Amino acid sequence: MTQNNAFELNRRTVMKLGVGAAAAATAGVNLSSEKALANNPAKSQSPALGARLSRAEGPLKVSGQARYAIEQKLENMAYGVTVQSTRPAGRIVSIDTSAAKALPGVVDVYTPQNALKLNKPTVYSKGGGATEEFTPLQDDVIRFNGMHIALVVAETFEQAMEAASLLKVEYEAGDAIVDFNDPKAKSQPIDAMAAAWGDAATALANAEVKVDVTYTTSREYNVPMEPHACIASWDNGKMTVWEPSQWVGGARRVVSDWLGIDIEDVRVISPYVGGGFGSKIGAHPHVGLACAASRKLGRPVKVSLTRPQTFTGLGGRPATRQNLSIGATKEGKIVSIVHESWNETAIDELHVEACNNVTKIMYATPNLSSRLNVVPVHTVQPGWKRAPGENPSAYALECAIDELAYALEMDPITLRLANWADIDPSSKLPWTTRQLREAYAAGADAIGWWKRNPKPRSMREGRELIGFGMASGAYPMLRTASEAKIVFHVSGQIEVLSGGTDIGTGTYTILAQTAADVLGVPAETVAVRLGDTILPRSALAGGSQQANNLTGAVDRAAKNARAALLSLAATDPKSPLAASKVTELTLENGRVRPTRRPSGGISIADLLKAVGRNTLEVEGNTFAPGASEEMKNGADRSFAQMKASLEGGVSAHSWCAQFVEVRVDEDFGTIRVKRMVAAFDSGRIFNPKLAESQWIGGMIMGLGQTLLEEGHVDQRDGRTVNANFADYAVPVNADVPGVQVISVGIPDFQASALGGKGVGEIGVVGVAPAIGNAVFHATGKRVRSLPITLEKLA
Amino acid sequence: MRPFDYLRAQDTAAAIAEAGKPETKFLAGGITLLDLMKLNVERPARVVDITRLSGLDTIEVSADVIRIGALAKMSKVADHAGVREAAPVLSESLWRAASAQLRNMASIGGNLMQRTRCTYFRDPGAYSNCNKRNPGSGCAAIEGINRNHAVLGTSDACIAIYPGDFAVSLVAFDADVLVRGTVARRIPIDEFYLLPGQTPHLEHPLSPGEMIVGIEIPRSAALKRSHYLKVRDRASYEFAAASAAVGIEMEADGRTIRDVRIAVGGVATKPWRLRAVEASLKGKTLDESTLRAAAAAAVEGAKSSGHNAFKIALVPKVVARALMTVGDIS
Repeated sequence: MTQNNAFELNRRTVMKLGVGAAAAATAGVNLSSEKALANNPAKSQSPALGARLSRAEGPLKVSGQARYAIEQKLENMAYGVTVQSTRPAGRIVSIDTSAAKALPGVVDVYTPQNALKLNKPTVYSKGGGATEEFTPLQDDVIRFNGMHIALVVAETFEQAMEAASLLKVEYEAGDAIVDFNDPKAKSQPIDAMAAAWGDAATALANAEVKVDVTYTTSREYNVPMEPHACIASWDNGKMTVWEPSQWVGGARRVVSDWLGIDIEDVRVISPYVGGGFGSKIGAHPHVGLACAASRKLGRPVKVSLTRPQTFTGLGGRPATRQNLSIGATKEGKIVSIVHESWNETAIDELHVEACNNVTKIMYATPNLSSRLNVVPVHTVQPGWKRAPGENPSAYALECAIDELAYALEMDPITLRLANWADIDPSSKLPWTTRQLREAYAAGADAIGWWKRNPKPRSMREGRELIGFGMASGAYPMLRTASEAKIVFHVSGQIEVLSGGTDIGTGTYTILAQTAADVLGVPAETVAVRLGDTILPRSALAGGSQQANNLTGAVDRAAKNARAALLSLAATDPKSPLAASKVTELTLENGRVRPTRRPSGGISIADLLKAVGRNTLEVEGNTFAPGASEEMKNGADRSFAQMKASLEGGVSAHSWCAQFVEVRVDEDFGTIRVKRMVAAFDSGRIFNPKLAESQWIGGMIMGLGQTLLEEGHVDQRDGRTVNANFADYAVPVNADVPGVQVISVGIPDFQASALGGKGVGEIGVVGVAPAIGNAVFHATGKRVRSLPITLEKLA
Repeated sequence: MRPFDYLRAQDTAAAIAEAGKPETKFLAGGITLLDLMKLNVERPARVVDITRLSGLDTIEVSADVIRIGALAKMSKVADHAGVREAAPVLSESLWRAASAQLRNMASIGGNLMQRTRCTYFRDPGAYSNCNKRNPGSGCAAIEGINRNHAVLGTSDACIAIYPGDFAVSLVAFDADVLVRGTVARRIPIDEFYLLPGQTPHLEHPLSPGEMIVGIEIPRSAALKRSHYLKVRDRASYEFAAASAAVGIEMEADGRTIRDVRIAVGGVATKPWRLRAVEASLKGKTLDESTLRAAAAAAVEGAKSSGHNAFKIALVPKVVARALMTVGDIS
């Protein structure tokens, strides 16, 4: 099948890996595997950073050789299945487990009456790594419908499932608030996230033109293809967890919290992640159950949530409501923005959807007031879904701006440019880079914006109404210092090591490119190992920061490695170049040679052989000089070292302008997106193919949010009744039109070490308002709630 | 899932004999059965795999009739040249159902036996009150989330929708279901689907051990000029918000309707034939206003449960558009 020895070696390594903790070390992934499978030989001198390389791990994934968390095969594994409550509130009086325990193969049934001890983990907002404090089985309180109330462990998955269905739960009813519009629900202001300048109320009252609108979004779910599922293996006082994770350091911290053991005794492994979109940043409570059961039973335990269980085993984006008033002069100058938002949160936990993150920075307004509120209801603790905060923020703002444009009879782009913010209006700090004007121009040109008839319901083809809409958005730069290591092997293999995970975004690939760029070797010769807490410390793959964090760290490590190689060549007595001075040596094309001699020299492998070394390991990091171990650990397992968008006295964000053309059937109200075009300012792009893939993926996710996705919560009992892929619809290929993405960014070295800005989240920002505005243009009907399903246009 | 015995039938007679035993189900494509077994809705003690039976997957198009074996795959029927020529509506209703992967697995006989997608019916762990699962226990859907529930053919015991597409076109064109048990018999398709009434747990007139072996659709001019329109929020791979299977035959003048067939899906407790609308259109001139006026009667007797009210407004538009399409009214 392949003539490529490197790939064969790599594949065998990967195959071996499945077999148990002894072989837990994850295989490196390199681009040569693609070469072998795709029969598409990469050039030996492929340009490195900036090249359109395909995903290094892609062939392993599509050929089924990449082993995901629960595909590990461990000896003596037991299977755990959680049981979830069917009531939204109240208490568990008792759980009769006798029928379940009588089934063959059932190992044990854990309930609040026969609990697995779990400590409360420290949440990220208090310096920990957890996204929710909820710790199942520790009390008899029902907090929401679909809450884990038991774990059944059996010798097989099927036995565990059948036993789980036989538990008889007696509940004591309690008063439930299942909807944040319930009059009994009490909202709580989040003063720390309010924003205000000028006198927004007075300015609004005196404004010549106003829009005063309410926009809502539904409860949404991340629904990655790979469900949330893990294996925990307790062995001699140490815990190993195979967990699909966007943040192994955080998961490690949470596991040590749950079990009350030293973090050094926890290892979390996550070489491949089948999608997360924010939902795999935190290790969720079922992981705690798996860990505690494994410790109790002394054997590996696999716990995989079923697809329906993922809807309440962890939270998605909360439902939101925003009141937004914008006042402007007749000429279209915004004079005031008054904003207030509400989002649902768990009944006893806090999740704030920062619905003013875009509202407060997009336009130059002299007056603004924004208040955020949360509304506790009986729901699973909501979580982060792609561009949390920015997404609903841009939805309400950019629809309202469109409404203002129609009220003013101005073009929506002209209105936006008339209110261009030269500096960040919220912080009054200068932008780093803001290629948003370029984005408007490129997107408008690509979709033919200026050729449309702006009058609502003025364009049609047959029985289809045609609509054009646009919107813009922002996503803040987050950054965390990180480490990386380069390992040269005497075999010639070069490895890049980082604990960061590749969640499908292309981390394996761009880190190989980064190292190759510095070392002057083909990217194909670099193998990257990721997703393991034994590897160098990394922050989360979340908040669109990892590519910048890790390319920065790998760049440092590679530069250190280059220096170390030259030093070794010049100073080791056994080196053929030992007579040289370091300053007279060059590393080029993978060879160390005297700078004055363009040919010859010695390969890295031959150098190691000559000096009698098997490996040369070199580290690098982006911490400030003298950073303590505590700081480095803080970066790896908490948010303590994360720098936000205003770091360094400048305001750094990614920007986008989204354009869509929709077709709406005039009889049925069905909406089909005909074209999507977006222009992005994400700074320097490390690999255009992968960045475009991220943007397009975000846009499609936005399409789903706008037209399809909505958790249907039964108002009588708080149950999510459409908790499956048939009834919770996400876009399929037929929904996805031609999508064009355009990069208008320029390197931004104030934003990150290598000039990149965020890529992963910005793609979804602005899609919902662009489609909503297009639907208005097509139909003349303004729908102010998501999703825009056909009955809303009836 | 309850542990079960798996038997592979060697011939039809053996399959029928085995399936006559208690708590036994036929297994063909498994699309509905395995799904519902995983949900604990179906809990058979035994399944009889009939996928290896020979002679049941044929597709024949003769001068008078289209005959499709029960084990023919949905995708094969949809792609059959003779079917597409003689009965576009059959092919289209199959293509618009499910996904390519499911159509490659699903059998025609199993498709007829597809059960409702009522989310309360499918969640026995949370809702014991389901008259379809537990007769007399009540209905959780009537006052629950019922956007995808029926507005036609409902009762105070059940509003569960018939979710399929193919049977809607069969009902429009008077197909027969060919059944073999202790005796062979044929059941008109409209009688094959039972209204829920007070007995929503009874969905078909089949006796234990009776097996669908095929279907027959009489050929007609209206069948040749037929169409299936499916309206839904998602462009593909979603059950219908409303659908219509239609066909027309014109008089020699090219303007007067001689014969017309209409059935609707995604809105009723069974595939729903609109005979009154058909009768009102026969002999009329084919034009948009006539079609829209007639289609308004499509939802006579419809009853909203709340979230599904939109279907009542949608159905006449879907019927009218489907007829406009076959009538070449753009």
